[in-house]
Amino acid sequence: MGGMSQTIQAPVRIREPAGEERREPDPPWIVIVWDDPVNLMTYVTLVFRRLFGYSEEKATQLMLQVHNEGKAVVSNGTREKAEHDVERLQAAGLWATMQQD
Amino acid sequence: MDWRDGIRARRDGGYGVRLGARERELLRSLSNELREAIEASGGDVDGLFKPAFRSDERAEADFVELTRSGVVSDKLEALRTLGETAGAELLSEGDADAWCVALNDLRLVLADRLGVTGDLLLHDVDPGDPNAPAYALYAWLTWLQGELIEALSSRLGAG
Repeated sequence: MGGMSQTIQAPVRIREPAGEERREPDPPWIVIVWDDPVNLMTYVTLVFRRLFGYSEEKATQLMLQVHNEGKAVVSNGTREKAEHDVERLQAAGLWATMQQD
Repeated sequence: MDWRDGIRARRDGGYGVRLGARERELLRSLSNELREAIEASGGDVDGLFKPAFRSDERAEADFVELTRSGVVSDKLEALRTLGETAGAELLSEGDADAWCVALNDLRLVLADRLGVTGDLLLHDVDPGDPNAPAYALYAWLTWLQGELIEALSSRLGAG
């Protein structure tokens, strides 16, 4: 995500348990906003700016992707973050889904 | 100021609303009507929500369990604010945000009932259509929400 920094913390392990396979971290979740005939383009842009703090340019670009391609990935992260984002998008009335990438 | 009906961001803060008494009464009754429908159904009003999980019913049920009541109470609160401030000539930031969400929810529900599939402007409405008054209402709500979005966006500025 442009302009946003994410700190990835490596798990600290004192001892590697013998005989246990190293587990890959869960793939990140993505939040998708879908095109619909009701939500206005200007409203979708406003919601992206406010909920995610995106610049006007980035929010407009994502809105246009939703409008032209039918959907756009608007955020990603842990399952909890994706749930939180979908909840806020639903509260705003947008059509949002989440899935594991 | 030389603008007619609509909503404008005011230089001294807040948002000015110019609407006729009938339009304000309409907003009041629409907000009450949807609020009652949401309260009676626990938020299960067609058009208001779409699933967050496309192919996992269990995850969807858990998500609804976790989030729905909070989102529904926020929507009720926004509708209540719209009803209570429908007569106001000046809206605070909080009121304006509530209006924006409430108008959007009214449009979502009305669009679902009418089967709206694309942009619908007032001059697109066929007066001979039995649903013409409802289409006109939808187009008017769209215009009003557009006014509000423009005013709210102007506060965010560029960048």
